[in-house]
Amino acid sequence: MSDVCIVGIGIHPFGRTDGVSGLDQGVFAVRQALADAGVDWPSLQFAYGGSDAAGNPDTMVESLGLSGMQFINVRNGCATGGSALFSAQMAIKSGEFDIGMAVGFDKHPRGAFNAMPAEYNLPDWYGEAGYMITTQFFAAKAMRYMHEYGITSTSLGRVAHKAFRNAVHAPHAWRREEVPLDVIMDAPLVSDPFTKYMFCSPGEGGVALILASEKKARELGKPLIRLKAATMRTRPPGSFEVFAPSIDVVRGGSATRIASADAFAQAGIGPQDIAVAQLQDTEAGAEIMHMAENGFCKDGEQEAWLAEGRTEIGGTLPVNTDGGCLACGEPIGASGLRQVYENVVQLRGDGGGRQVPNDPKTAYTHVYGAPGVSAVTILER
Amino acid sequence: MHAIAEGLFTEETPPRLVGGRHRQTGRIVFPCPAGSDYEPYPLRRQGTLWSFTIQRYRPKSPPYAGSDSFEPWPVAYVELPDETIVESRLANVAFDAITIGMPLELIQIPFERSGAEPVLVHAFQPISQPSGQPTGVSA
Repeated sequence: MSDVCIVGIGIHPFGRTDGVSGLDQGVFAVRQALADAGVDWPSLQFAYGGSDAAGNPDTMVESLGLSGMQFINVRNGCATGGSALFSAQMAIKSGEFDIGMAVGFDKHPRGAFNAMPAEYNLPDWYGEAGYMITTQFFAAKAMRYMHEYGITSTSLGRVAHKAFRNAVHAPHAWRREEVPLDVIMDAPLVSDPFTKYMFCSPGEGGVALILASEKKARELGKPLIRLKAATMRTRPPGSFEVFAPSIDVVRGGSATRIASADAFAQAGIGPQDIAVAQLQDTEAGAEIMHMAENGFCKDGEQEAWLAEGRTEIGGTLPVNTDGGCLACGEPIGASGLRQVYENVVQLRGDGGGRQVPNDPKTAYTHVYGAPGVSAVTILER
Repeated sequence: MHAIAEGLFTEETPPRLVGGRHRQTGRIVFPCPAGSDYEPYPLRRQGTLWSFTIQRYRPKSPPYAGSDSFEPWPVAYVELPDETIVESRLANVAFDAITIGMPLELIQIPFERSGAEPVLVHAFQPISQPSGQPTGVSA
């Protein structure tokens, strides 16, 4: 089977864009990706489009052209973008198609997500009593992790501090002003141990990636950014997930650990070979826990990693080089694809003020979400 | 005052939470799922704090049915040994006195609803507290 390459990338800036629908932000990203790849819309053979709350992606053919192409909508929670990308990859790997697209966009109202219990097979009382809240899970998971592995609040602050500093140099990011560490630490608590700077916000944005077979990519004359692995997994026994009225006493693994291990196996490399990583940071604790769940360090080592700056742009493993979800917000359908967009930018050396030095050759992305799903990609140049 | 949902508590005094025990694997969960895979399984009333946070903003309605006025409350996961770890409010404890590992016991507390009568919900309180005073969350 031939490698699948990413030959075009486009992004609509994340954040709040009043007056522009989520779908139109997706269209914006597609046009940019087409221009980047140097191909026109009718030459795409297929698309997988993802959106959680901003309408049916395939309606964008109205704006982009009625070429009659195959267009499949994907809705898979926080793994929506990753699922679209996985599907697009398989469509090319199978030999069925040579060139196509994965696109994702979203536009969420302000404030935390208000999920309904019935959508997650939970009783109504769970939502009525005030448990149907993602921030409670993230906070409780981090609180336990900090207790078990000696992670301090200062480390949480360092993660947020890094996010906003990196985002200063990312034109597509939402919150692009540095926030001093003491301001982050002293801000009002939202859900302990997290202050308001340590949570990402649901937002808006769109991302498009054009994928091609290696043969097609060579014809286009693009640098060969290979998608070496794209995995999506659900939870194993004993995991601790969003919207859990109870969890097992015997603790188990996580969807992330499975997706990550499978991605490394597919790519034939290990965590130590990765030059830059985008890890799901719905809040500052998630980035810390996901460093270990994705195999980059052992539980508890994050405290030293952050104090030593190892995940900074110039560190041994730069993490969330565009500020991640903390600085970009989380439009669900677009968020996972933003991570891949950022990695293509890094592997091409186009990162400007946020460029990872020393010519990175490998890049890793990871998303996690309700009700216990994770998607991972590994790119190589 | 009745409970927020039927089948959540046992009928005894003091009541226990009704979990579910998987008929094949023995796995215990809370609440008891509908259907025939799980049988109702009353959970022990005492456990220890596994983790917690403080809910410091009013959740969105729907689905939240609480009163329009809002006071932060602690949300916990309480480990019931050999059974399961249940999600619950904490009551009768100051926020800064909450520590992982502290012994807790089940109580019922009133839950003020917007435009409806209050109902009883489950909560855990420190075991050293005198019981029988379901006065709600104190900060």
